[in-house]
Amino acid sequence: MTSFFHIRRLALWAITALVMIALPLLLTQSFAISMLSQMGIAVIFALSYNMLLGQTGMLSFGHAVYFGLGAFFSAHALNMIGAGNLGLPVTFLPLVGGVAGLAFGVVFGYVTTKHSGTPFAMISLGIAEMVAACSLMFPSFFGGEGGISTDRVVGEAVMGITYGQGRQVYYLIAGWCFVCMIAMFALTQTPLGRMANAVRDNAERARFVGYNPTRVRYTMLILSSFFAGIAGGLAVINYELVTAESLGVVASGNVLLMSFIGGVGHFFGPIIGAVLVTYLQSALSNYTLAWLLYFGLFFLVMILFAPGGIASLLAMHKPAWDVGQLRRLVPSYIAAGAASLVILAGLITLIEMIYQVETKKEQSGTVMNLFGLTFDAANAGPWIGSLATMAVGAALLWGASRLVRASWQQVTIAINAKRGA
Amino acid sequence: MLSKISRTAIAGAAAVFSGALFSLGAHAQSTIKIAYLEGLSGPFANVGEVGLRHLQYAADRVNAKGGVLGQKIEVIPFDTKTSPQEAQLVFKQLVDQGIRYMMQGNGSAVAIALTEALAKHNSREPEKTVLYMNYGAVDPSLTNEKCNFYHFRFDADVDMKMQALTTYMVQQKDIKKVYLINQDYAFGQSVAKAARAMLTKKRADIEIVGDDLHPLGKVKDFAPYIAKIKASGANAVVSGNWGNDIALLIKAAKEAGLTAEFFTYYAGGLGTPPVIGEAGVGHLKQVTVFHSNIGGSRTADEVNGYRKRFPDSKDDFYWTSIMAAVDMLARSMEQTKSTDPTKVALALENMKVDQVTGEAYMRADNHQLVQPIFVSTFSKSNGKDVKFDVERTGFGFRTDARIEAKDTVLPTTCNFKRPKG
Amino acid sequence: MLNSLSYGLLLFMLSSGLTLIFSMMGVLNFAHASFYMLGAYFAYQTSTYLGFWPALIVAPAAVAFLGALTERYGLRTVHKFGHVAELLFTFGLAYIIEEFVHLLWGRAPVEYRIPPILDFSAFSIYTTQYPAYRVFMMLVSVAMLAALYLALTRTRIGLIIQASLTHPDMVEALGHNVPRVFMTVFAGGAALAGLAGVIGGNAFVTEPGMAASVGTIVFVVVVFGGMGSLAGAFVASLIIGAVQTFSVAFDYSLASILTGMGVQLDPESAWYELWKVTIAQAAPVLPYVLMVLMLIVRPKGLMGTREG
Repeated sequence: MTSFFHIRRLALWAITALVMIALPLLLTQSFAISMLSQMGIAVIFALSYNMLLGQTGMLSFGHAVYFGLGAFFSAHALNMIGAGNLGLPVTFLPLVGGVAGLAFGVVFGYVTTKHSGTPFAMISLGIAEMVAACSLMFPSFFGGEGGISTDRVVGEAVMGITYGQGRQVYYLIAGWCFVCMIAMFALTQTPLGRMANAVRDNAERARFVGYNPTRVRYTMLILSSFFAGIAGGLAVINYELVTAESLGVVASGNVLLMSFIGGVGHFFGPIIGAVLVTYLQSALSNYTLAWLLYFGLFFLVMILFAPGGIASLLAMHKPAWDVGQLRRLVPSYIAAGAASLVILAGLITLIEMIYQVETKKEQSGTVMNLFGLTFDAANAGPWIGSLATMAVGAALLWGASRLVRASWQQVTIAINAKRGA
Repeated sequence: MLSKISRTAIAGAAAVFSGALFSLGAHAQSTIKIAYLEGLSGPFANVGEVGLRHLQYAADRVNAKGGVLGQKIEVIPFDTKTSPQEAQLVFKQLVDQGIRYMMQGNGSAVAIALTEALAKHNSREPEKTVLYMNYGAVDPSLTNEKCNFYHFRFDADVDMKMQALTTYMVQQKDIKKVYLINQDYAFGQSVAKAARAMLTKKRADIEIVGDDLHPLGKVKDFAPYIAKIKASGANAVVSGNWGNDIALLIKAAKEAGLTAEFFTYYAGGLGTPPVIGEAGVGHLKQVTVFHSNIGGSRTADEVNGYRKRFPDSKDDFYWTSIMAAVDMLARSMEQTKSTDPTKVALALENMKVDQVTGEAYMRADNHQLVQPIFVSTFSKSNGKDVKFDVERTGFGFRTDARIEAKDTVLPTTCNFKRPKG
Repeated sequence: MLNSLSYGLLLFMLSSGLTLIFSMMGVLNFAHASFYMLGAYFAYQTSTYLGFWPALIVAPAAVAFLGALTERYGLRTVHKFGHVAELLFTFGLAYIIEEFVHLLWGRAPVEYRIPPILDFSAFSIYTTQYPAYRVFMMLVSVAMLAALYLALTRTRIGLIIQASLTHPDMVEALGHNVPRVFMTVFAGGAALAGLAGVIGGNAFVTEPGMAASVGTIVFVVVVFGGMGSLAGAFVASLIIGAVQTFSVAFDYSLASILTGMGVQLDPESAWYELWKVTIAQAAPVLPYVLMVLMLIVRPKGLMGTREG
């Protein structure tokens, strides 16, 4: 049984690697490539965050501090390489960020990890605010509001790789991302990783068993800031720029969102979250000015209906998959999905009309294009129509949700039957 | 039955969605595209929208006269979210779309990030060069040590405005003690530095009695700062503050009965006059390249024309720099019979432009537009010398002094390579 | 001195609601400052129709209603998923409230002004005038403080709330309808924030960023004062108000102290920027320093009775 799992796990890693290699061959626009690079960075960062939140139960509001400081040190290191004062290949630059993140993890972590729960969260917030405020006060290191900019094309080309092209940068990030993913996964399997879980679940019992919870938390924080720093170093190579906002509270909040939306209870949750949130944040804003609102609504819906994140939704289906009953759910899911799409279409129309009237009326009038239809938001028709669409969608969803429940009942019976047998 | 319904529903929804995506992707052919890069969502979206309206206004005017080289100018807005890193991603997008001209002006951090990205792009892909028109980012470094052949600035920078402001200040014999209060980041620090250097050089008897830097956007209550200014006995205050930081400063001064004159950069910035209101009348001054009451029938035509085009917006005609940029761009294209950025850039050098404020020209050695600068006082509108109010508040600016273009020219350290046209 | 008092009292109005909510429900309400913002905007809207005085009642009531809805249909649903989910829910709510404010009132500040009847200077100390509106602000804060005190100590629901602050499980065991108490407390806390918005919105600036600008500072107050301690929040508000106000007046930096001791510093030396930061410059950062120090020394906070 165990070996079977291992084969499956190896296969999963191999598929991940293949996907990472293949993606830029399919998406060739430079915007797409840089978005993929961004995703790779976000994946490392979110996974490192989950070492705290998901694995050790530490809610941090200041994780971007390690990411940002790692990035600043990498940027200075890259400039030194460029000036010929440092002999380090650009490929290994993220290590500088990692070491910097680790060093600050050692310093700040000593203070923060004395406590857990809310005091830890609050101290991390306080430190984040302090570091963010300092970053504007010391322009010689942090470069003021303009940040520190660098040039990644330095030194001699190694096998034709100069990192001038976006695709080379992507493969560098993908490589680091893959290595970090494996390293962080491996960590969850070590005694330390297991102890972190124990500390998360019940710190007192962990102490009785003879482990010092403070030390476990401290070690986990140091390791996690190392990976956050690596992500920061990669961000420098990708953007060739690092600004104070990368260590700010907003960035810290963002990584929390990513991990939570993806699901903190599973190792692969933050990966999904990082990819999805990065996509939403960069791509959605190309289509609509209301993207912040959509994003906020999406987030609220996730918390209200799927607090375990996307990963837990997926994991929920594993037993059904194991007994081969997944196809039973498909029809009801299709119905529910279609009903949701109807609601969504109504909602999107409504929100877009509000934005059109509120912010774009004067540039382009109230006539607008949506879903291939042209209509005038100054008339009552589209408003009634969109509300009616939403109402119809809601009624459909209500019906569909009963269908979903019914099919789940059947599946549960089948699973229990299998288990009983 | 149900699955059939849902199948059609899904197919319908898919068709609708893909239709929406395609309609977003399609653009009319053979226009001259100007990408407008600004924060169009989030807290600074209103500032971004004002610039967009101006650009639209300028483009409409050119198009009404038949366009450029028989083609219309098309404005394509991109959302940078006012973040340097996002701006770089957006830049990749416009390159993907084959756009060769871009405009930006809010935030020097974004501007610096963009020039760096622009320089790298233009040197790495010389057949796809992009030209950057900066209408409002005023960091002096953009036309000095960080200057770039493909970057043109149409607003006066911090130092030029300070040159104009101090020229006016030293003529006021009663100004003896000056207090400097600025935001603690690159821009605020450079205002403080320039004010100190220029004031003490131009008139030895002026004493700088205080020099405060406060964190950007964090101070809720300026009363303690005002108490400090009062205690110092200063009768003039120089501040580069913008947004709430200037509004709260002026309100607190009014509350405490401080009578000193305020010399500012952004008292007339969008959203500030409505908050200041009565509190600023008579002793609040600003230094700008334009305000609505500089006089002349052409100014009145522009202000009225803009109000007519955008009747519901509360903002006013403000960015002469955008008008100058579009005007000069169109002329250099006509002159060279080309839309190639390199040729257009070369034609822009030394080009003269007849603005509503007077004659201006583009410096060839650092690509900075040289134009008259005005010092004006916040006053009640009276239909005579304060004809137009700002943002429909009933308050407007009255000209105190006009500093001629030639008196604002400063030496530059810029040294860029000029390509062969 | 008076400046620090008026600022501190405003902080207390904000933080008292938050500390009530936090200590009862364990929810770090990230949307609390958003309620403050909504209070200011509602007051602005009411004052354009009815004037300032009705707004003083209407706006907090409207905010309280929204608060009750939030608790009933939002927080109560996520409650079973734990504190992190609750916290993130309020986080997302703050996001959406801000977008709605953008849509309804635009992104620029609105002209919400001090009523003319209070727009004069009350008295002057030395040469500095003291505006009447600040006196009014202090009066409102003190009145609210008194009302809150009476409500908590003299009414039945107040006693239950007080008991729930320290022994939430016990109160539930005694058979009180704790969810309803929760809803009342949440609505009440939101109303306090709304009231602070009404009187703070015109003294400062009413704009969409105002929530973010006070958001973290009220957390500092609550944590510094101690979880679940109203008195602690009160003292902490005054201390932090005073720290922020007074530190502005000190132009000393490490460099000036060292120079005073006869050490000459080279402006070009590597750490010069660090030495030359003055206390005044660092003023707004000081509360966070205080909070971190407090949490390290005494995680319960100034007057708190329990951790987290």
